[in-house]
Order: sequence, then structure tokens, then C-alpha cells
Amino acid sequence: MRAFRNLLAAGMFGAAMFALLTIAARPARAQEEAPTPPAQNWSFNGVFGGLDLAAAQRGFQVYSEVCSTCHSMNLLHYRDLEGIGLTEDQIKAVAAAVTVPVGLDDQGNPKTGPGTPASQFRAPFANEQAARAAMNGALPPDLSVIVNARTGHANYVYAILTGFQEAPPGFKMMGGMNYNEYFPGHQIAMPQPLHDGQVTFADGAPNRIENEAHDVVTFLYWAANPEAIQRKQIGVRVVLFLVFMTGITYAVKRKVWADLH
Amino acid sequence: MAGINKSEFPNPVINWIDTRLPIFTMMQKEYGTFPTPRNFNYLWNFGALAMVIMMIMIATGIFLAMNYQPNTALAFDSVQRIMRDVNYGWLIRYVHQNGASMFFIVTYIHIFRGMYYGSYKYPRELLWMLGVVIMLIMMATAFMGYVLPWGQMSYWGATVITNLFSAFPIVGQPIVTWLWGGFSVDLPTLNRFYALHYLLPFVLVGVVFLHVAALHITGSNNPLGIDVKSPQDTVPFHPYYTVKDSVGVCVFLLIFALLVFFWPNVLGDPNNFIPANPLQTPSDIVPEWYFLPYYAILRSVPNKLGGVCLMFGSILVLFVLPWLDTSPVRSARFRPIYRQVIWLFVLSFVVLGYCGMNKPEGIYVILSRIATLYYFFHFLVLLPILGKLERPLPLPESISRAVLGGGGGGPMPSGATAKPMEKA
Repeated sequence: MRAFRNLLAAGMFGAAMFALLTIAARPARAQEEAPTPPAQNWSFNGVFGGLDLAAAQRGFQVYSEVCSTCHSMNLLHYRDLEGIGLTEDQIKAVAAAVTVPVGLDDQGNPKTGPGTPASQFRAPFANEQAARAAMNGALPPDLSVIVNARTGHANYVYAILTGFQEAPPGFKMMGGMNYNEYFPGHQIAMPQPLHDGQVTFADGAPNRIENEAHDVVTFLYWAANPEAIQRKQIGVRVVLFLVFMTGITYAVKRKVWADLH
Repeated sequence: MAGINKSEFPNPVINWIDTRLPIFTMMQKEYGTFPTPRNFNYLWNFGALAMVIMMIMIATGIFLAMNYQPNTALAFDSVQRIMRDVNYGWLIRYVHQNGASMFFIVTYIHIFRGMYYGSYKYPRELLWMLGVVIMLIMMATAFMGYVLPWGQMSYWGATVITNLFSAFPIVGQPIVTWLWGGFSVDLPTLNRFYALHYLLPFVLVGVVFLHVAALHITGSNNPLGIDVKSPQDTVPFHPYYTVKDSVGVCVFLLIFALLVFFWPNVLGDPNNFIPANPLQTPSDIVPEWYFLPYYAILRSVPNKLGGVCLMFGSILVLFVLPWLDTSPVRSARFRPIYRQVIWLFVLSFVVLGYCGMNKPEGIYVILSRIATLYYFFHFLVLLPILGKLERPLPLPESISRAVLGGGGGGPMPSGATAKPMEKA
């Protein structure tokens, strides 16, 4: 009887958790008009997923050569690149190669100079107005947390980068817009950014558009979730510990209660 | 020597303190030998779990407050800075963020347990009402906490919810302006929400203290819903329930850890990773999952004032639940009809939650209206008449007789010789 009741209680808790998870599995609201982005095979998928550092480094190259022309990543500093496996010297070299604002000169005018590891990623535009003025009124979003900020996450960003097509016949396009299969409403201000062979990787990795998109999304996932590898590693240990603790606590409980039954 | 307490603790330091301030005696009485019904199931863990998660929230919240900037220009970036540059800041923040969800699920199960086993009935009405106050404070705290990261959902959620007060005639708009500290959700709103988000948890602690104090006057209800009648019906709180609660805490932490370490953003909205922008409304504004049922009630009524009244009413009705339920029997176990319809009530709550996350169109409008009607029907019609119509099953003579079977009593374990409760 008691065992049954405990089972019942566990069942009810399970039902509540199921309800919670059902609620959590929200439908893709923002993409009613666009198909669901197909799932890709990411190195960071799953509980034990890590991060393909080589892909992330190639992705940084794609960002630097292509995306950074229009998109800022204001939440990142060059020192953070340690997270995708760059050495201190490499980071210094990367930072020194860009020109960033470095405060004021003696006359009080804004000054620029070579970046240091402590510098923020160089932003392509001084502010939102400057960006809109240069971009035909559209604002290229900051990419620091873009993977977390879109329903569909990494798969969605990948689908956007590879989803540019000719508009189907009869589809009315507004001036200056581009057709993208996965963008809500299909009209995106960004022209197709990646093409086959656009970026040449130092390690000789393939550079078809799918490869470039895959690598840059790996980089963007890391940029949005720099703690993910450490988080999952700690998580596995915490969960194992708690499973052990649960077992041992339950055994103690059985022993304490044994004389009552 | 009037006014000095007699204590006999072996440790001289403890004894010295206890004779002057008998906190050790009190702890021993309330958490050591406290006579507790022997037949709790694991649903009785959830009060302790709520206490644990409340302390986790306060502890993590204090460290977040040290690094957070309640300024519209800095708030979003300061939260990201916590995630990136503060040592283990991501852990503290993800625990706090997901802790809110865990707090609500634990509280909802705790409330369900109270409803299923009639814990709100005489003599525990005030205990129950204090619990409803706790839930209201929790909701206010959670709502203001969600505004602080200053993402799109933070901003627009704050706008929608504060605007609800504008539904009240004449006083509505001035109230909203007063809440905002201006004419839109802006810096003054964020500042005061931050101040209140820090204050309310400590108010919560105060009410929780009263909740627990009231519990220790009436004693706990139990799955049979019958009063404790003899020492055989109880066991001392320690070690029996300290160890049983520990099992629950371990399982709770396990589920919590899975969420924090592997799916930290699964319950969040991607829109909140976009900084607040007063000029751009998200395509759909949804609250956090734990508010979805109330949001669905709000939207199920075509009239704004009506919706607001029903939404607040859906929680306020809980205050009078002890008087709406006319059945003298507490536990659903002995109420054959109530035992079934309580699940219909749970279903209506879940359906409301499901409707709350979908746009109020087509089937969801109809579903949420039916579920809203049933929600209030359950409290206002069903419970009052069910108590009169339903024929309860015969109640067991005592807890010990029901648990141990046969001739009641049974050999008492050593250390389990608790005093009978002063008040049944």
C-alpha cells in the first residue's frame, strides 16, 4: 500500500513535469510563414557535446572577413578568443590588426589605434544611425547572442545563411530586399553573405557555402554560449554526484524508517 | 532567578546561550521532536523543497545584485557581463533564472497537494490563506525579476502587465503612471522594480515564517485527512522526516541541475536575448510559463476590465476556498466524486497554460473560455454543492490503525515516543 502510494506520488510529480515540458516545447511562433529549419549535426549538440575548435576558428575567420563588414559583436573582447583555442600571441596579433577607438587625444578628440586583447570586437559602425544610413535603413543586428536570440537557434541561423533563393514567380518583393526561404515573411534586407569558395581557410578545409555557414554558426554558438563546454562538463559531474547522493539518502531513509513498518 | 530558561544541553556554550535565549530548545521542539503524522507520502516534501529553493534564490540573487546595473542603458549588457566575465557568473545566473521556474513548479505541486488532501480546512484556514499571500508575493517578485534583464520580453511584458491596471475606470491611468514613475516603462520603472525585486523576497521570508508558525500550531494535515489522535499516530520530525525530505531535496536538485547545466534556456524566450526596444513590438508577447494560465484567463474575456478582474479573481478565489468547500471530509481519498473532479480542475489549469502560449485565435479562444469557465465553476459551484451531495467513504479510526492495519498501536520504535499534539 505504501509503495503504491509512493508510486502514485512519483507519478503525479512526473505528470507535473510532463506538463511543464509540454508547455516548454513552444511552437515556433515567429516563423509561421517559414518552414522549420532542418536540424544539423553540430559538435555542441547533446549533453556530452563539446565544441569543434577548428570549425569555430574557421568560423571566426568567416566572421572577420565577411560578417564583420556590417555586423558588430559588442559583447565580445579579443581576449575571449582563448575560448576557441587561440593562443595569447595569436590573440595579440588578431587584436593589433584592427583599428579601434582608444579614448581621447590631448586635444580631447576621439582617437583610434591598434586593438589589444582587452579591446571590444571592432564595430563596423559608430552607432545605430550610422548603420541604418549605410544600410538603406536596415539595421544589421549585433551577432553576440544571435544564436540564442532566434527560435530554432543554430539551425535557424544556418538555414538563413544557406536559404537565399530566387523569389518564386509571382512573389512580390519590396525594393532592396532579398528572398530567403527561412526568413519570416521571406524578405530579408541582408543580401546573400556567403558563397562557394568565398573564404579560403588556412587549414585547407572545404569552403563550399555549407561549410562556411557551418563553421561560422559554430563560432556564433560559442560566442553566445562561451560557458557551454565548461557548463556541460561540470553538469555531468554534478548529476552523477546527485544520483549517488539520492541513492545513498534513500538507503538511509529506508533504514531509518525500517522499524516503523 | 525569574526569567531564565532551564536548559540541559551537554555543550556548555550552547547551554549558556539557551538559558538566555532558548533558540536551541525551540529548534529541538519544532524540528527535532515535533510530532508529525507518520503517514506522509512524498507530496509532503514540497513545502521543504519550496523552503530550499527560496534560500537558493535569495543566495544567488544577492550575488547577482552585486554585479547588475539597474539602468536601461546598462542592464542588458550587465547581465551578459555576469554570464561572461564574473567568475561562475553563468552558474549563479542560470541557477537564479531556472530557480524561478523550479520555485513555481514546487509551489504549484504544494498547492495541489493542499487541495487534494483538504489541507485548507478547519483548523488550517489561516495557514492556507498565508500560503496564498506567499504565492501573490512570489508572482510579483517573479514578474519584476523578469523585467530586470531588460530584453524585449522583459520590456514588453512589463508594459502589458502594468497596463492591465489601466482597465480600471478613472483611477486606472493614474495608477499606471504612478507604477511607471513616468509616461512609459523606462528608467524609473526599472529602478523601482529592481528595488522591489530585492525587497519582496524578504517580505516573502516573513510571511513564510508566519506560514510555518501557523503550521506548527495546527500540526500538519496528512494523506488520510483525519486528526492525530494518539502518540501512535505520529513520529518525531527528526530523523523520520528530515531524512525523507532529504531524499526529496536530492531528487529536486537532480532535476534542477539537469535544467541548469544542460537546458538552461529551454524555458526562456529567445526574444529576451534581444535588448529592449520601445519602438519594436515582438510578434507575440508571452509571459513566463508559470503565468500562462492566468494570461489565458485574461485573454479569454473580450472585455479588458472583465479579463483583468477574472485574472485577479482566479487567485483571490483561493482565499475563500476553505469556505467554498462545504465537505467536512478533508482527504480526496474518501471523497469519491471530488477525487475525480479535482483532476478536471488540474486539466483546466493545464489547458489554460497551453492556450496562454498560443495566439488568441480560433480554437484557443474557445478552449480557454471553456477552461476558464470550468476553473471558476469548480470553485464557485462544484465545491459548495459537492460537499452536500457527495457521500464520503467511511473514515479510518486513526492514522496508526490505517497505516499499521489490525489492532492499531503496534510496537513503537525507540525514540519515537512523541507527545500527543496539544491541539488536534
